[in-house]
Amino acid sequence: MNVTAPASLTQHVAAIEAGEHVIAAAWLGQVPALALSDGAVMVGAQGDQSRVEVHGSGGLLAAVAAGGHLFTGGCDGRVCSIDAHGQMKELARDAKGGWIDAIAATPAGAVAFSVGKRVTARDEKGGLKQCEAPSTAQGLAFTPKGYRLVIAHYNGATLWFPNTSTPTQLLAWKGAHLDATVSPDGRFVVTSMQENALHGWRLPAKPTDEVAHMRMSGYPAKTRSFSWSHDGNWLATSGAEAVIIWPFQGDGPMGKAPRECGVRRAKVTQVAFHPGAYVIAAGYEDGCILLLRLTDGSELLARPAVKGSGITALCWNKPGKSLLFGCADGQAGLLTLPA
Amino acid sequence: MSGKIPVTVLTGYLGAGKTTLLNRILSEPHGKKYAVIVNEFGEIGIDNDLVVGADEEVFEMNNGCICCTVRGDLIRIIDGLMKRKGTFDAIIVETTGLADPAPVAQTFFMDQDVGERARLDAVVTVADAKHLTERLKDAPEAKNQIAFADVIILNKTDLVTAAELDAVEAMIRTLNPTAKLHRTTKCALPIADVLDRNAFDLDRILEIEPDFLEEGHHHHHADDIRAMSFEIRGDVDPDKFMPWIQELTQVQGPDILRCKGILAFRNEPKRFVFQGVHMILDGDLQRDWRSDEARVSRAVFIGRNLDRDAIRKGFFATAA
Repeated sequence: MNVTAPASLTQHVAAIEAGEHVIAAAWLGQVPALALSDGAVMVGAQGDQSRVEVHGSGGLLAAVAAGGHLFTGGCDGRVCSIDAHGQMKELARDAKGGWIDAIAATPAGAVAFSVGKRVTARDEKGGLKQCEAPSTAQGLAFTPKGYRLVIAHYNGATLWFPNTSTPTQLLAWKGAHLDATVSPDGRFVVTSMQENALHGWRLPAKPTDEVAHMRMSGYPAKTRSFSWSHDGNWLATSGAEAVIIWPFQGDGPMGKAPRECGVRRAKVTQVAFHPGAYVIAAGYEDGCILLLRLTDGSELLARPAVKGSGITALCWNKPGKSLLFGCADGQAGLLTLPA
Repeated sequence: MSGKIPVTVLTGYLGAGKTTLLNRILSEPHGKKYAVIVNEFGEIGIDNDLVVGADEEVFEMNNGCICCTVRGDLIRIIDGLMKRKGTFDAIIVETTGLADPAPVAQTFFMDQDVGERARLDAVVTVADAKHLTERLKDAPEAKNQIAFADVIILNKTDLVTAAELDAVEAMIRTLNPTAKLHRTTKCALPIADVLDRNAFDLDRILEIEPDFLEEGHHHHHADDIRAMSFEIRGDVDPDKFMPWIQELTQVQGPDILRCKGILAFRNEPKRFVFQGVHMILDGDLQRDWRSDEARVSRAVFIGRNLDRDAIRKGFFATAA
């Protein structure tokens, strides 16, 4: 065996036939799962797959994994969960059957979803709470601690504690905010914006402190994928012809330059930080996947470019040994890192 | 342009007959499947799992340009639909009777993700032959919708006399000389006249008489929408034209509802076709000038408070 790392890992990829545009990739414990645009979820690796019909012909719009379950929302206005055995459960249903625009979940099993301005939170016991965002809720994210939700919308983001009577708190910033994420330590809220930029807020440690704003701009396209490093020190983002990684140590990225890794002549569409190392899996619009080491910028090829097969989903398993990916044309695959 | 999903925007003042047209499009046996984005669920009598409700959310782009507005809900819905590519042939967007068509049209030029995957095929406006004259007086939205249209369906013609119909059509023509106009009752017309028009292939500009708007210099109120059309019998100089049109649309963009044109550029065998919505301009070299075609350059502007003489002078100064 050669002791140096191989330049290419492509021989360690097992193909998976998903057959439809992959919305999300997830690990349900040790079982890979792919949420597909035609409304189904594929559970299991190649040769041992089952297709679970979840949302009917209207299709599946949003999916997120947490605590060993995949939570999905569809054009049928239903929110469902799927476990590693392919067992499907309907958790909630929009009264008017509207599209589920966004979805978020906690490892404990709480889930939140939005239909237009209506945001519904369902705690792990099944208790439902609703609130109305100032405009359509485009993105949702739970804070890591406490049962608190971030709602991204036009002209800002709203913080909401579903199970308390505390009024919602508005984080105002002009423009249309799309997706939301919260740093693992809960100090930073970051949204992606229609104007090809990110906006961040540093939440006050004490109620008397002021909210600090962070503007992260310069992207040629919208950021639709972000991923925190395991220690929360870095935020990797899509939307440029490289992975843009912002430093979040200390007070955040203001006044600091972001890192760039994996510069190519194609836009990055998906990013996934390794769960235990400073390694980022980057998926590109041309179908290529690279593994990038943050410390020295070194690159490993996991998938060469494939025409029409842009990367739409990436997910590491918990030990960080396997990377599941899905593509716009229904191809998918499983990379297992050599021991 | 190929591979992009065509999008038809259906506008029209309250009660003009939009829903009738939509039901007709969806129920006729044309073998095509449409995804329909509606503002009010339940009005459509057709069972179709590709009918989506929209909220008509208008976003101001945070780029310092006041008329750069887009429809946030459309961006999201089209993004969702594009993941189901192959299950439908085209998209129809129905707007409310009071909607301004500009943000809808601008979405296809301003949002990169939408623009890469879908193209605006035509803005189709349904107008009520009996009530349009009154609406044009009291409802600025109705006026906008007529001025903006690529295709106008003058509906409910059975409710007016032939003379009234001619009068209302003449009124439409002062606002919008370039749109294709169809007279109908109950929106009965071949679907092909409405959908997949490629209305942004602007050949009609060359068919209309440029001086036709000159006649009857009647009184204009300051806020009146008017249309103007100019022709240079020959080529224009792109090095003069491009800076001129860019400055014009930057400075007067908020007042220019639509502009379009077909130009013969000096030393260029292909026709240059441009169109704009407020400050947004989109232009392309298209097919060759045919040998039996005269190389002429035509431009049409539709807007409010436009200084006809200044625009005319500016355009003529770009002649090669």
